[in-house]
Amino acid sequence: MSGILLVLEQRDGHISRISWEALAAGQLLASETGLAVSAVVVGAATESLAAEVAAKAVGRVIRVEHPLLAQYTADGFILALHQLIESEVPAYVVFAHTYQVRDYAPALAARCGSVLIGDVTGIGAGPTFTRQLLQGRLNGSYRPTGAGPCFISVQAGAFRSDAVEAGTAEVTIFTPSIDTAQIRTTPSAPFRGSAQTVDLGSAQAIVAVGRGIKGEENLLLVRELATVLGAELAASRPICDNGWLPMERQVGSSGQTVAPKLYVAVGISGAIQHLVGMKGSQCIVAINKDPEAPIFEVAGYGIAGDLFEVVPALTEAVKAAKK
Amino acid sequence: MKIIVAIKQVPERDAQIRIDAAGKWIEESGFQYAMNESDAYALEEALQLKEKHGGEVVVLSAGPERVGTTIREALAKGADRAIHVDCADLSARDALGVARLLAAAIKPESPDLVLAGLQSDDLGQGQTGVILAELLGLPHATLILQVEKTETGLRVKRELEEGWFQWIDLPTPAVLTIQSGGNKLRYATLMGIKRAKTKEMRAMTAAELGVDAAPVVVLERVALPLKQKTTQMLPGTAKEAAAALVEKLKFEARVL
Repeated sequence: MSGILLVLEQRDGHISRISWEALAAGQLLASETGLAVSAVVVGAATESLAAEVAAKAVGRVIRVEHPLLAQYTADGFILALHQLIESEVPAYVVFAHTYQVRDYAPALAARCGSVLIGDVTGIGAGPTFTRQLLQGRLNGSYRPTGAGPCFISVQAGAFRSDAVEAGTAEVTIFTPSIDTAQIRTTPSAPFRGSAQTVDLGSAQAIVAVGRGIKGEENLLLVRELATVLGAELAASRPICDNGWLPMERQVGSSGQTVAPKLYVAVGISGAIQHLVGMKGSQCIVAINKDPEAPIFEVAGYGIAGDLFEVVPALTEAVKAAKK
Repeated sequence: MKIIVAIKQVPERDAQIRIDAAGKWIEESGFQYAMNESDAYALEEALQLKEKHGGEVVVLSAGPERVGTTIREALAKGADRAIHVDCADLSARDALGVARLLAAAIKPESPDLVLAGLQSDDLGQGQTGVILAELLGLPHATLILQVEKTETGLRVKRELEEGWFQWIDLPTPAVLTIQSGGNKLRYATLMGIKRAKTKEMRAMTAAELGVDAAPVVVLERVALPLKQKTTQMLPGTAKEAAAALVEKLKFEARVL
């Protein structure tokens, strides 16, 4: 077994930010194991992407290129990368934990007789890999024990993309053999959901509500708080799933990313899917009955208490302060 | 259409977390359990497809005896019958090991469609459906919000990142992982709960399915997340805490 294969993704024609973070994780793993990193770009025309990566401290850049890889399909990517893995026999295969990787990497790992350790937030001695369990309330440390390559994908924001070292690398091309009939799914062009009439991204203050609010009829409480703060109302996914607030008011990985001056999270436990959408806010306030809730990790100020008492009290206190 | 829905029983969200003596998992005694959220949406999608196109909905769940209550809940909501892979050592198996169990139970059923939730609320690996597709040799699509039947198979709406979506056509049989929020979940009716008691629930063991537990990755240790303790917690009654917070927001953070 040799080296570390690092599979990078593009976004708008460039290597994506989270892919650079994955590269930083790959370099960390390289220093932990003494193995060399080869970067992999996949597509139908990967020359410029490969050039971007070749300016970094990687041993080699491999362009996995085929006309049938022009558009992402799980079948195409699994076939191509499986052939590359058979040829390279890597010890580790590292990905960024994106929606695309979640779509194919578990199957690719299974085809190699292995299991993906997904959404990794840390690499420890051994190496062992840390990932979050129970919606971020517990950390688990995983050790690969199989004979095949070890597959990991790293969580957005867990490794620093500015830690990637510069260098020069040779570029090689790998041409997989893929037949049209092997691609069983036909994806259409991506489209935007209904026109967004709420731009949470430009809001100065946001009051966001989560599962803790319990019922639609209780939304009035947070609406009143939002009104006195001059804030937009937003929500975590379950509230929008239930239809209590429209999808366009959802903050998180499947909704909007916001960074207001003030973000008040009410009854939101703070699963990573929500945190990625709001942790850049200037001042975060969390109100939650569970003092161990992960939301308190990103909050500047926290009140561990019953939101049905705290929110009305806060509304009154803000009103009084603004008089 | 014959549809198999894989569902998982998971601890209730607000379960108190205490690490067990070996430091390898949490104390589960006293836990309440529930149907995994995205699996509930997968079940709902299956029931709606059956209502539109006819066929059968079979619920499949692996785990110890207690998962029977979650299976009964699915039957009460309208699933026709159930398969329980009776397995007390589920947590000792990795994602591939669990998928192998489920695939072995699915294969002889030859379904037209296999649905699973996007990911579990406890381990959150989000892999079962994708690995099932690989083991069953079927095409798959993930993060699906909407499923439409076409002449040749299915047309499904996939959620991408940041408000983007995509339609995907694929032939059946196929495997889909379902994202939450695509449908409104139904409640079990009293009649449904009554009828669930008479529906078939077949149990089979891992040994009967010929699947061993040898894992490729091992959860070696669990730990509570390290607190960075940068949060200023404001104590007192609701009124006191609210007043203290307004002070802080006004004079310290200066955002009011």
